[in-house]
Amino acid sequence: MRSLIDLPARRASSDNVSPAHDSAIGHVTGRASYIDDLSEPSGLLHLAIGLSTRASAGLASLALDAVRRAPGVVEVLTAADIPGHNEVGAVYPGDPLLAEGEVRYAGQALFAVVATSLRAARQAIALASVEYVDRPPSLDPVEAIRQGLTVLPEHVQCRATPAPLDRTGVLADDNGTSEQRHAGPDGNWRQALDAAPHHVEGEQFIGGQEHFYLEGQIALAEPWEDDGLRILTSSQHPSEVQKLVAEVLGLPLHRIVAEVRRMGGGFGGKESQAAALGALAALAAWRTGRAVKFRMPRETDMRFTGKRHPFHNRYRIGFDDDGLIHGAEIELIGDCGHSPDLSEGVVDRAMFHADNAYYLGSARVIGHRAMTHTASNTAFRGFGGPQGMMPIENALDDIARRLGLDPLDVRKRNLYAPGRDETHYGQRIEQHLIQSLVEQLERDSDYRTRRERIRQYNAASPVVKRGLALTPVKFGISFTAAHLNQAGALVRIYTDGSVLANHGGTEMGQGLHTKVCQVVARELGLPLELVRISATRTDKVPNTSPTAASSGADLNAMAAREAALTLRSRLYAFAAKRHALAPDSLALADGELRATTLEGESFRLDWAALVQQAYMARVALFAEGHYSTPKIGYDKRAARGRPFYYFAYGAAVSEVEIDSLSGEYRVVRADILHDVGESLNPAIDLGQVEGGYIQGLGWLTSEELKWNAEGQLTTVNPSTYKIPAFDDAPIDFRVALLEGHPNSEATIYRSKAVGEPPFMLAISAWAALRDAISSIGGYRLNPRLDTPATPERVLFACQAMRESDPAKTSRVAVQAQP
Amino acid sequence: MTEFRISRRQMLALGASATAGAVASVAAPGAGANADSRPREAVGLLPTSNVSLEINGRAVVLQVDNRTTLLDALREQLRLTGTKKGCDQGQCGACTVLLDGRRINACLTLAVMHEGASITTIEGLGTPDQLHPLQAAFVKHDGFQCGYCTPGQICSAVGALDEIERGVPSFASTDPAIAPQVTAAEIRERMSGNLCRCGAYPNIVAAIIETSEA
Ligand code: FES
Ligand code: FES
Repeated sequence: MRSLIDLPARRASSDNVSPAHDSAIGHVTGRASYIDDLSEPSGLLHLAIGLSTRASAGLASLALDAVRRAPGVVEVLTAADIPGHNEVGAVYPGDPLLAEGEVRYAGQALFAVVATSLRAARQAIALASVEYVDRPPSLDPVEAIRQGLTVLPEHVQCRATPAPLDRTGVLADDNGTSEQRHAGPDGNWRQALDAAPHHVEGEQFIGGQEHFYLEGQIALAEPWEDDGLRILTSSQHPSEVQKLVAEVLGLPLHRIVAEVRRMGGGFGGKESQAAALGALAALAAWRTGRAVKFRMPRETDMRFTGKRHPFHNRYRIGFDDDGLIHGAEIELIGDCGHSPDLSEGVVDRAMFHADNAYYLGSARVIGHRAMTHTASNTAFRGFGGPQGMMPIENALDDIARRLGLDPLDVRKRNLYAPGRDETHYGQRIEQHLIQSLVEQLERDSDYRTRRERIRQYNAASPVVKRGLALTPVKFGISFTAAHLNQAGALVRIYTDGSVLANHGGTEMGQGLHTKVCQVVARELGLPLELVRISATRTDKVPNTSPTAASSGADLNAMAAREAALTLRSRLYAFAAKRHALAPDSLALADGELRATTLEGESFRLDWAALVQQAYMARVALFAEGHYSTPKIGYDKRAARGRPFYYFAYGAAVSEVEIDSLSGEYRVVRADILHDVGESLNPAIDLGQVEGGYIQGLGWLTSEELKWNAEGQLTTVNPSTYKIPAFDDAPIDFRVALLEGHPNSEATIYRSKAVGEPPFMLAISAWAALRDAISSIGGYRLNPRLDTPATPERVLFACQAMRESDPAKTSRVAVQAQP
Repeated sequence: MTEFRISRRQMLALGASATAGAVASVAAPGAGANADSRPREAVGLLPTSNVSLEINGRAVVLQVDNRTTLLDALREQLRLTGTKKGCDQGQCGACTVLLDGRRINACLTLAVMHEGASITTIEGLGTPDQLHPLQAAFVKHDGFQCGYCTPGQICSAVGALDEIERGVPSFASTDPAIAPQVTAAEIRERMSGNLCRCGAYPNIVAAIIETSEA
């Protein structure tokens, strides 16, 4: 069972250390409402969509008369009914709201039915008859790249002058674009790589992941204020829902309001993908003049919406006798699905994390964006970063086994350190935390003793094998699309002294509203109960960025702080004048104003009294705040710059036990040390770290997406798609936050983002599985272990290990480990 | 189109009419004040039944389309929306309620099957002023993030602790002859039908164990 290391017990809310989630009581009593729980507007209609069964086809005919005649049906909508643009692509076009002329994935929406009941709408769907003209679908991303089928061009990051690649045709570029000609300090990247004494190379397939937010996607649209629409949406990006609804309907943005109170999980799946639901509900509401709710059965949700990008990765790494990396060539192929969606950022972020926490020497990283006829893959916690880290983690284990070293020693040797501190895209590592963090975890987790014990155990245990691995995480914080790194907030003080705040971020369980309330309360010296945050709405704070990239608190809490500071200084100025106070003496604390009068006497005024006096004196008691992240910028042409404001760090040690005859396994223990800077709320942050690890574990082990030969997703329910359950979490789970290392950048109270980085801690479990499997070959051979590393894959890897004769296949003669 | 497959529940009423829609006309307690706010189809041809239930201590008579799941009856007709729908097919546990004291996935059972039964939902377990000990422990231990699985987790935990108390063995019970104890292994096993996508599992286990010790 997990040990509660330094878990700050829930304390009274006023001490502001780790106040409970602002909806805690609502959640445990079932009173916190999600959209489907709200009392329904009168005359509510329900919407259902008909999906394409083909991955790629011309749409010859769509016969919907029987659908229209079905009982309860009020309206049937096709692309022809869209008054504005038939397009809900987040960044680039390519995502029609309803299919027009062709279909590009099985699961694409062809038409929508609006009916008086949910059952009527869903049943009417079955009466449609669709004629397709089948086209050969693109279903293999590697083949797609070979054929030049991409959603967006490739990108190359290189530390030195590259020569054209000759390994595959698609990579060759004899002209040498400007970014490829960039000459770094290390001379020719390829020469350095080739000149290294040893090399490992390999390929891996990294599977995708269904978000499986427990609350399915939902939208409810209703006519609003005469000529507008309000959309309740389970979206991480209400401003985008507002914008895309406006474009679909051909209306100005100020007639559309998008609102989000809370989501039952998002994980990136409700970033761009929520827009289609909002737009369909809005279109139906616009056409019928009635409120329309759109919620899908889980199966439809899984077919219709995009997932984490699967990746096909290749790597070739040059290293010396000590395992020190001299050069690296890493190729990442992201399977983007049928349209660009957010794939530019996702594949870029994979590339930015190809180094994970290691100095790669001369390096070239290339990222491809393959087009396949599947749902358009999208944001998912880590946003490509996790997939990008996998090749180097794979390679470091390979190197260690080739040299007969402990993988931890090879990893430590290659960690960024002063002097070896520039990433392959030119950002300098300024806060050197990872070395000491790894060393602390190595000690706290008793790594060396356990390593020895496991070796002995494995030597004596022919079937059950144990594995151990420590992997680090370095994760860049900031949106890679620079303009998104801004936030706004609005804070009002009412005449009774209660405070209402709003900001652009959305709450999906991560505790963002709680953290923002804490910040406002702290700046105004108030008990937390006096500060409240209500639903995120585009008419309160406009032009907001998605709550994504782990940036929710970094951006929005800063904006809210700005607003609170404005109010504070107004109140100070008012009070100083009214009560003749020494300007430097004013402080708001514990719900009152404290100061010294000009005569030198101490002065106190209750918060509510202060507010009332200020109101009577006509002081503005509301203020907005805006924040934009400083210092960042990335020159895509040069493929260099500082895309990230700072990095968050962490490391995990996982221990697994596998049954090498069945492939079944357990994670028996995991130790985590994670860096959140100066935590805004340690209890919430610990929850994020634990939950991130567990979700990452699901991605790497049990969550397998399967498509059939026709490109239809076959894992469309929790019965066939396995997310982690209680027993999949580590049996012994020891999680701690790194203490005493505030963020070196001036973030909100020197904290660090925590949403995504812990997800990648689970890579240690995958590396531990490989470690256990490689014990079968005496730790000399490197098993290929694609992900998810299901029991089947583990079993096959064990069999392959048994079948290979180490003496024949081992490429370098190395001392077998004791 | 798999999308259009007829579910087992829908099968029950096939042959009657394609028309559908749960029918509600109830004296519903509490949240049920606006139970019948949504439009309903004409129901002449639909097989409906009256079913008497005791829900959170109050007697209720529901008129339901026979195909209505207990979950939909609770959520749609009684507006007891604390009970969530995560998958609608018995795989996630978000809809767990207590039926005559035992936990059940409300999406996997029809309302008409439970004439005379007594049902406790999350709303009936405790209120903000008077939290059930498990509810308080979930708050204390951060046994949730997004909260969507939470009502199901808490109802399931009530049932699981009761099973242990009654000596019902589980897969994790080492010796069927020995009464099961509240251990982490027992709790993980018994709670395995309740998924939490946010991964709050460690905290949920801690909350349940602490409650049992109190
Ligand atoms: S909704 Fe009933 S088990 Fe998922
Ligand atoms: S708290 Fe989000 S699913 Fe459990």
